[in-house]
Formats: sequence, structure tokens, C-alpha cells
Amino acid sequence: METFVFFYFASIIVLTAGFVVALKNPIYSALALLVMFFHVAGLFVTLHAEFLAIIQILVYAGAILVLYLFVVMLLNLKREEHFHGQFIVGLFLGCVLFAEAVLLVLKGETTLGENLADSAAPIELTRGNTESIGELLYSTYLFPFEVASLILLVAMVGAVILTKKGILEVKG
Amino acid sequence: METGIRLGLTLAQIGAVMVAVLLTVAVLTLLERKVLGWMQDRMGPMEVGPYGILQPVADGLKLFFKEDIIPAGANKFMFSMAPILSLVPALIGFAVIPFGPDWTVDVGGVDFKPFVITDINIGVLYILAFASIGAYGIILGGWSSNSKYSLLGGLRSAAQLISYELNVGLSIVGVLLLSSSLSLVTITNAQAGGFWNWYFFAWGSFPQAIAFMVFMISSIAETNRTPFDLPEAESELVAGFFTEYSGMRFAFFFLAEYGNMILVSCVATVLFFGGWHAPLEILQGPEWMHGITGIIWFAGKVAFFLFLFFWIRATLPRLRYDQLMRFGWKVLLPIALGNIVVTAIVEYMFPT
Repeated sequence: METFVFFYFASIIVLTAGFVVALKNPIYSALALLVMFFHVAGLFVTLHAEFLAIIQILVYAGAILVLYLFVVMLLNLKREEHFHGQFIVGLFLGCVLFAEAVLLVLKGETTLGENLADSAAPIELTRGNTESIGELLYSTYLFPFEVASLILLVAMVGAVILTKKGILEVKG
Repeated sequence: METGIRLGLTLAQIGAVMVAVLLTVAVLTLLERKVLGWMQDRMGPMEVGPYGILQPVADGLKLFFKEDIIPAGANKFMFSMAPILSLVPALIGFAVIPFGPDWTVDVGGVDFKPFVITDINIGVLYILAFASIGAYGIILGGWSSNSKYSLLGGLRSAAQLISYELNVGLSIVGVLLLSSSLSLVTITNAQAGGFWNWYFFAWGSFPQAIAFMVFMISSIAETNRTPFDLPEAESELVAGFFTEYSGMRFAFFFLAEYGNMILVSCVATVLFFGGWHAPLEILQGPEWMHGITGIIWFAGKVAFFLFLFFWIRATLPRLRYDQLMRFGWKVLLPIALGNIVVTAIVEYMFPT
């Protein structure tokens, strides 16, 4: 049952991710991305990471993608050439990566399978999902967490300065 | 067998909640016009049935039999999808709302909670997430109609939803700090005992009254109600994002708006006003009656908040668009953030 659910989510994710790139209308691309986000959230749920699943929907589907759609509609992007010059480079890189993946699976089939089985088994939590993540963020991963928040703060200040063009000239 | 029983029970629960919500919507359509009428010294609808009480039936039949028009040049697929995308998130949130006491009944070897469809430990986030998904229906409906009024309404609505969703989320954080849980059932249980334990008053800790004000104002903005109904400002944009919609598709948007209103009222009741708990324990009745009195108190509180929506609509004029944005970002957001800081400090200094 679990394998079946996993393969359902995984195949839909791959399919819709393909649609995001291949569809000509940017609005349809955005919607394909929306479907993909929901299936990624589904994958998280099968791993018993409900908190991550709902944050996935809340942040990516609820906020970021709405902004994308907003911009796409505001600029009224119509059908454009969807394969640009990077098509050849992308095809080449894709082939290389695909070959690598095939080689890996063929060579180390047994170890890869075992590793997958290990990581797929959910870790038994004594407390809820949210508490565990909070505890980890404020103890073990405190430094990376603070660095990430600092980067976000810098990005916020940068966005304010970029939109308010007059700010720098008046002060300096 | 157990899976079968569980499936049957859950489906029955979902059916009961859906019927209750849709009936409430039907009553609300009449009540809104009646309340608005009384506040403006009019009678409201009077023609259909005694005192116009059959008006919702007439409205429903009218919408059902109306011609379904798809405008020329509209994107047909998106045009049909948008009302569904807007209605589903409005109804799906009711899955985690506890309508009554936290009882667990054993039905054929299955643990069954009669008054909540599912008690997940991230209930609050679940509601927030699906509330934000509601923006897609509006924005896509506006875009696919191939009309500039619809598009402008949709874009306005998207900007408004993103701005005010943030305030809704931040205003709830205070309650989460006090209850240290994201499950709506746990939050309700923590407010038992009397009205001074409700998080609006929060005796012995920092009251969440300010947070409630921010929550309510932002929720009105998120449900696109007056005075924040700029996405459908009739004097500027005809009817906003659903200008081109008719018949059942229009009814879907309508249901979504009222469904969202009920959901927001339920969330306000659960988070700030103790859910199904009575203000005094005596009013709750004996233990075995909690199921009935709980639902009555819950419905009463929700009804009050719904009345508040109409009241505000009848008394306040609409804001201008730049005022709306400035108010959201420069007034409500700092207040909500300040509330989090103060609540956290108080909760740390005087742990309950």
C-alpha cells in the first residue's frame, strides 16, 4: 500500500514538473506547479511529516505561487517561444544526469535499495512533529537557523531599497 | 471491516457538517438582507412566504435554472475550474473544527469522535493553508473571464488576500503560545472552566483581546466583505472577479464567500472564545448534556460573529485601495507582531 501511494505521488510529481516546463501558457505552468506542490505535500504526509506538508502548501502554494500568478497576469504574458537557446545545453546536461542515475542504479543496486528502505522508515517521535522541529531548530541547528534569518532580513532590506528609489540619494 | 466502519462514520460526519454549513448559508442570505434592512429602517424581503422566510428557496431555484453563460474569448477550462477552486477550500476547513466536547465513542471497535471530523495536531496551520488556497479561485476566475473588470478585481483580491493572510496568521500566534498546541481540540480544552479562561480574556496571562481585533479585521478583509470588499467594488469594477459569471457558477462563488464567513466565525469562536464551553460552568449543564449544550453554545457564538459581519457591513463605508494596503501593512502587522512579543515575554515570566 505504502509503495503504491509513493509511486502515485512520485509519478504525478514528475509528470507535472514536466508540464511546468513544457506547457506554452505560463498560467497553465503555474497551475501544474500547484498540483505538484500538493503531491510533494502528500509525500511528506506518507513520511509522517505533517508539519512540513502543511508548511509546503502554506508557503509555496499559498503565498509564493499566488505571487507568480499575480505577476504573470499583470504582465499579461502570452505564448512565447518556450524553448530558447539553452535547450541544447539543457538536453545535454539532462542526458548526462540521466546516464549517471542509470549507472548508479545498475552498479550499486543493493546498497541503494537498502539506504532507501532505511530512510523511508519513519522515525518514531516521542512528541509531536512541530515540537521536535522547533526543539532542533533552537538547539542543534541554532547557528544555521540564525544565519538563514539574517539572510532573509538582508533580502527584505534590499527589497525595500530597490522599490523606494529615492532612499539612498536623500540620505547620502 | 474496521476501515469500512471508519470510512462510513467519517463520511456520515462530513455529510452532516456539509448539510449544516450549506443550510446556514441559505439562512444567512436571508438574514443578511433582513438585518441590513432593519438597520436601514426597511423591512427586507417580504414577498416570498410569511415575512419572506422562503426567500432562500426562491433564490436557490433562480440560480439553479438561470442560463449558464460563458463569455466569448474566455478560457473555458479555467472559467469552469475557478468556482470549484474557490468553493472547495472554503468547505474543507471545517474538517478540523471541534463543534462539541472532546468525547471518544467506541463504535464496533473503532474510536470515534462525534463532534470533530478529524483532530490533527496541526489543525490551525491546516485552516490557514487552505484559506490561502482560496485565492486561486478568485484570481483565476478574474483572469479567465476575458474582461478587464474581472481581471482588475482578481488582481486586487490576490494582493489583498496575501497581505491580510499574514495578519491572520500572526494574530493567532499569541493563542498558540498560550496553549502550546496547534490542535484546535487541545486549544478548546485549554479554555474550559469559565469565560475568564477564554483566550480573549486569558486570566493570569496576557489577554488576546488585541490579537482578536486584528484577527477579526483581517478576516473580514480575507473574506472580501465590506469595508474591505474592493475586489467586488460595484461602483468601480461592476462586480469584480465574478462579473461574467451566472447561474450555478456564480452560486459557487457566493457559497464560497458565505462558507468562508462561517469558517472564520468558527475559528474565532474556537481560538478566542472557548469553542463549545459556556461562559460559566453552571450554564453548561451536567456532564452527559455537554454534547447538546456544547453545540448550542458553539452555534450561539458563531451566530454572534456572523451578525458582527452584517453589522459592520451596514455601518462602515468602503476603504480606498491604498488605504487598505497601508492599514494592513503599517497598522495591523506591527500590532500583531507586538502582540506576539508581549505575549511571549509574559508567558515566559509568568508561566501558567
